[in-house]
Amino acid sequence: MLPSERKVLVIGYGNPGRQDDGLGPALAAALEAEAPPHVTVEADYQLTVEDAAAVAAHDAVVFVDAAVSGPEPFAFHTVTPGEPLSFSTHSVSPAGVMALARECFQAGTAGYVLAIRGYEFNEFGEGLSPRAQANLAAALEFLRTILRERVFPEDVPHLTSGLACSAHAVPGATTAKGAFE
Amino acid sequence: MVANTNGFKRIAIEPVTRVEGHGKVTLLLDEQNRVHQARLHIVEFRGFERFILGRPFWEVPVLVQRLCGICPVSHHLAAAKAMDRIVGGEKLTPTAEKMRRLMHYGQFFQSHALHFFHLVSPDILFGGIEDPFAGFSADPALRNVIAVAAKFPELAVQGVMMRKYGQEVILRTAGKKIHGTGAIPGGINKNLTIAERDFLLKDVEQMIKWSHGALKIAKDYTVKHLTKLAPFGSFDSSHMSLIRADGAMDLYHGGLRAITADGKKIFDHVDYQKYTDYIAEEVRPWSYMKFPFIKSIGPENGWYRVGPLARLNTADFIDTPAAEAARKEFMAVTKGKPNNVSMAYHWARMIELLHSIEKIRELLNDKDLQGQDLVTRGQRREETVGLIEAPRGTLFHHYRVDKHDQVTMANLIVSTTNNNEPMNRAVQKVAQDHLSGKKEITEGLLNHIEVVIRAYDPCLSCATHALGQMPLVVELVDAAGNLVDRKTKGG
Repeated sequence: MLPSERKVLVIGYGNPGRQDDGLGPALAAALEAEAPPHVTVEADYQLTVEDAAAVAAHDAVVFVDAAVSGPEPFAFHTVTPGEPLSFSTHSVSPAGVMALARECFQAGTAGYVLAIRGYEFNEFGEGLSPRAQANLAAALEFLRTILRERVFPEDVPHLTSGLACSAHAVPGATTAKGAFE
Repeated sequence: MVANTNGFKRIAIEPVTRVEGHGKVTLLLDEQNRVHQARLHIVEFRGFERFILGRPFWEVPVLVQRLCGICPVSHHLAAAKAMDRIVGGEKLTPTAEKMRRLMHYGQFFQSHALHFFHLVSPDILFGGIEDPFAGFSADPALRNVIAVAAKFPELAVQGVMMRKYGQEVILRTAGKKIHGTGAIPGGINKNLTIAERDFLLKDVEQMIKWSHGALKIAKDYTVKHLTKLAPFGSFDSSHMSLIRADGAMDLYHGGLRAITADGKKIFDHVDYQKYTDYIAEEVRPWSYMKFPFIKSIGPENGWYRVGPLARLNTADFIDTPAAEAARKEFMAVTKGKPNNVSMAYHWARMIELLHSIEKIRELLNDKDLQGQDLVTRGQRREETVGLIEAPRGTLFHHYRVDKHDQVTMANLIVSTTNNNEPMNRAVQKVAQDHLSGKKEITEGLLNHIEVVIRAYDPCLSCATHALGQMPLVVELVDAAGNLVDRKTKGG
């Protein structure tokens, strides 16, 4: 299959009523407005089990979430099927969704996590902090490049060269090969 | 706070796994490991009511969805029902009421399916044939949904697809997953198109078939092991829910009914606009969550249960045939008296799952859903209560709105708060029956406590879920407050 034919799912999740926790849905909203071809964009408060069915229907998935710690402006990693390590399976981790997609639907979908660094999470409130907005802009530009070429960093590491990313505490996630060392 | 009194040690389970939100259990043990106190603390974010203050009332049904990523529809509809009265539009058009009901049953269907297949099934499915508790102590690596998917792939797929179906119903009635705007003060903003109806009808029979299967698993597990399950975290209690005027179970609207543990009515068909005449909330210094109680009985004994078990106990009948047949079987076990077994929540929940999908099928075949009369208005009011049966139990939204349309007061009593005292009682009972006096408090024994909490399906998902959440942490602290042992699950 040509890279341009790969069907990509982007899931931005988080709570827009929790300040920077809304980074994922904010990216999804911005991307949806641009309507990139062969890209499905979803937004939700959190990942849940039925996302496994959507993941299985695509060649690649990018989970976009806010990160409470880790590199700025964002980190990008591959994610492989793994344990659902979140404290509740009302919400599921990216690795857990990938594992469900594999076990339930025999999916071979490639998975990635785009973790955008946020700063303000502890109060109810709408809107992103100024620093989070800047990180969102950088992450969106990064994702646009990937989606335009339909080639992911592990395939073409130079796409992310120069980005200040490092390993991030995402269950089941590994740093994209050759991209972030 | 539980003090580290001389001669006692404290175990904290924090957070409780497979429970929505942050949960912590503290056990106060003496030197012989006898349980002296067991408490469930649910760490809830404060201040959501404050977030609503000053906002225009018509924004509230959208805003409150951000309180909960799991049951945003319940908050959306409770707030919409409240704001109906602000615009004098509580007498909805048939199209508006049926669209809201369809949305609500979609929410019930997906919520109950998720809970049973993906939260509870590890406890049930990995149990031994003769020992219903075997699954509770199974290898922690197996007690999760991925392990269920590996060993019982058919069931896991059903769980995913049932959850997905409920979400499809919600999407077509509420709009987007985030910022759903389906219900507005006095009505709804869209009807159901023929194409949407046909899309949902396509899979409804399959969903009904799978619901029967899930109900059978829950029923067989409960009935087969009733002798052992009956005392597990169980106790007598009052029960409360909405009830329809003719006594039928009604998850969307009705009056309040409360009954005693043996079925006597405490109050019946109460107009929930006057709920403060009947229900009060007690504050206890060790918990952020309040403890609601029935005023006429008082705080000591006036607490009650809500949710599937309570609804089965309070209803005179269910108005869909398969669920009604299942209700009769359920009630026959206790000879028509209320069922006070905590683990029977699972069976009751699956009866409601079947009821929800039966109602979805009934509504999809109702031409009123394609009606054009969507909104009503009437005499304006300044104070209002919206009440609904959420999947986890009765949900109260109480507001005041000034002449400038701004919210000046908001008070929410969520389902989990209504079940606060019962969950604490359940934890105490399991701790005393299964942990007290044991030489070693193993991870499997601690999971017994989580099992009984999960029966109530508590939910506090207002927590942010950003990457980097804590796994389960268990700490053993000696009498002097020193950390003796610390275990993490999934770290």
